[in-house]
Amino acid sequence: MIGRVLQYTVLFIATLFFLLPVYLVIVTAFKEPSAITLSSTWQLPQVWYWESFTQAWTAFAPKLQNSFFLTITATILSALLGSLNGYVLAKWKFPGANIVFPLMLFGMFIPYQAVLIPLFQFVREIGLGGSLWGLILVHVVYGLPITTLIFRNYYAEIPDEMIEAGRIDGAGFFGIYSRIVFPLSVPGFVVVIIWQFTQIWNEFLFAVTLVSSPANQPITVALAQLAGGEAVKWNLPMAGALLAALPTLLVYIFLGRYFIRGLLAGSVKG
Amino acid sequence: MRWFNNKDTLYGFLVILPSLVLLGIFVYGFIFQTFYTSLTDWGKDPAQALSANPQIRFIGFENYRELFTGLVDSRFRQDLVNTFFFTVFFILGCLSVGLGLAIVLDRSPRGEGFFRTIFLFPMSLSFIVTGTIWRWMLQPQGGVNQLPTLVGLPKGEFAWLTSREQIWQVSWNDLPFITALVVSAVLIFIAITAFRGGERRRGYIASGSAALLLLWAFTLGRSLQPLPYDEPHGFNLAFIGIILAAVWQMSGYTMALYLAGLRGIPEELREAARVDGASEWQLYQRVIFPLLAPITLSAMIILGHISLKIFDLIFAMAGADNAPTDVPALLMYLTTFRANQIAKGAAIGMILLLLVAAVIVPYLYSQLKSEVRR
Repeated sequence: MIGRVLQYTVLFIATLFFLLPVYLVIVTAFKEPSAITLSSTWQLPQVWYWESFTQAWTAFAPKLQNSFFLTITATILSALLGSLNGYVLAKWKFPGANIVFPLMLFGMFIPYQAVLIPLFQFVREIGLGGSLWGLILVHVVYGLPITTLIFRNYYAEIPDEMIEAGRIDGAGFFGIYSRIVFPLSVPGFVVVIIWQFTQIWNEFLFAVTLVSSPANQPITVALAQLAGGEAVKWNLPMAGALLAALPTLLVYIFLGRYFIRGLLAGSVKG
Repeated sequence: MRWFNNKDTLYGFLVILPSLVLLGIFVYGFIFQTFYTSLTDWGKDPAQALSANPQIRFIGFENYRELFTGLVDSRFRQDLVNTFFFTVFFILGCLSVGLGLAIVLDRSPRGEGFFRTIFLFPMSLSFIVTGTIWRWMLQPQGGVNQLPTLVGLPKGEFAWLTSREQIWQVSWNDLPFITALVVSAVLIFIAITAFRGGERRRGYIASGSAALLLLWAFTLGRSLQPLPYDEPHGFNLAFIGIILAAVWQMSGYTMALYLAGLRGIPEELREAARVDGASEWQLYQRVIFPLLAPITLSAMIILGHISLKIFDLIFAMAGADNAPTDVPALLMYLTTFRANQIAKGAAIGMILLLLVAAVIVPYLYSQLKSEVRR
């Protein structure tokens, strides 16, 4: 009995801890700018005020568009490359693959500060400095380790007998991929796409260093700049935070199972 | 595994080759280039930093020496201390909150799925979004400090994010001595476990090195002073809010890991312990916690490497220029792209890489080794 009470008390307190910020964001976003004072932070708005969202939308719509373009393009490219790499590493191991694979994985964990300076120069030298395409290239390359890892582990579960059967039927490397492996890949693609979508959408360091012009900024950079300003009224950053959070939040709510699978794959595990 | 047909293996190799070349350049090539840059004077002279064809001279490890012992770089040393404390409290917070929630959820309360969703949703947000929200939560005169007034208490006075108070200060000059003591303690621990396990040779080597190190620490170690004066560094109280926000975002991850681990423990094992007369507490202490140890280790490593790299959360919460809450990952950005001290920024980047590699390389090695064994 005491155990039960304790259990639900813990759950109640934890829920409060996790939801209080959400309450505050919503309440603040719906207040009139003049009604936002530090002492009335927690009170419900007197008048529900929609203007902040219209304003945030005008300010952020182009940045959201940048983020969608960047995220979708980079996600699809890195998923396709990861699928091919994973297929090779799971089913056609070439000599030396066991050394190459951990060297690849290391790229997933490095602090990007250790490559940022040459990367910045490189992107500028190939003429993609400040553009979204430079950022796409970077996200595709540094996304390769995780997408390869997830697909490799996924393809390892396809029985070797199926590959063999394909070979006996006369299919080669590409035939087996397009007729056997790729059609079986849908769940793998779902995990990888969801994972990469959230990662790239949420990324900040590359975006803030590689994209200089405001016209090409993704949403994270725009939000950080807006909220970092001093004289800003808090209704706008809060509405902006909601807009920036919505796409990944929806992905999590509707496809949470796959999101968690990507999350656990990120901690390696074969 | 299977490369009976040379043509197909060749195709496989050709397919993966572009990715390998790209990663070779973008990871290893660029790391090497950063390392080389860190050995130069690029950016020492502001005019040279911004010119199209800078005259760059090779100066060896001068940038590193300055970072650790130079007069102007005390901010970097404070940042290292900040990262240390941030990492320790962030990991402790995530592990304890995550484990607590996992244990409660493992007992299948009503609405389990709902609670799981609530505890894990911050993971899907950007650190920038989290930082923006918590920055508003932790306004010195509002937010969390106003919470007590809702139940009629006086409002809180804590200067979240802006406090300049430091606790547990240690002089930078004591660092060689303290490091020697910590390493000796680890060596003594290794020696004890080696002797217990009957590995005498290993035990002798470990205890011998510990004795030598202690001897050095108490004789010469105390006089090894990197700086000509005392420079105190400690835990900045302004970090408490950032740690809180980071735990809010990441503890769901440890909860998911622990919950998966708890669900993997067979019910028979718990039953057997209960039949043997173990109390609930003993059951956790003797049976369940030991089984969760490997998960704890993985979580510590993943969280540790995240916390060493943390950048965006602090950028969004306290701003890039708030010195009390600076960390090396942020300082690297400021040094390189704001102050144009490119070589010094490269050196900070390399130090960060070393810190992360010290955590990640053994982990990758052990993970992949155990995978091959299976």
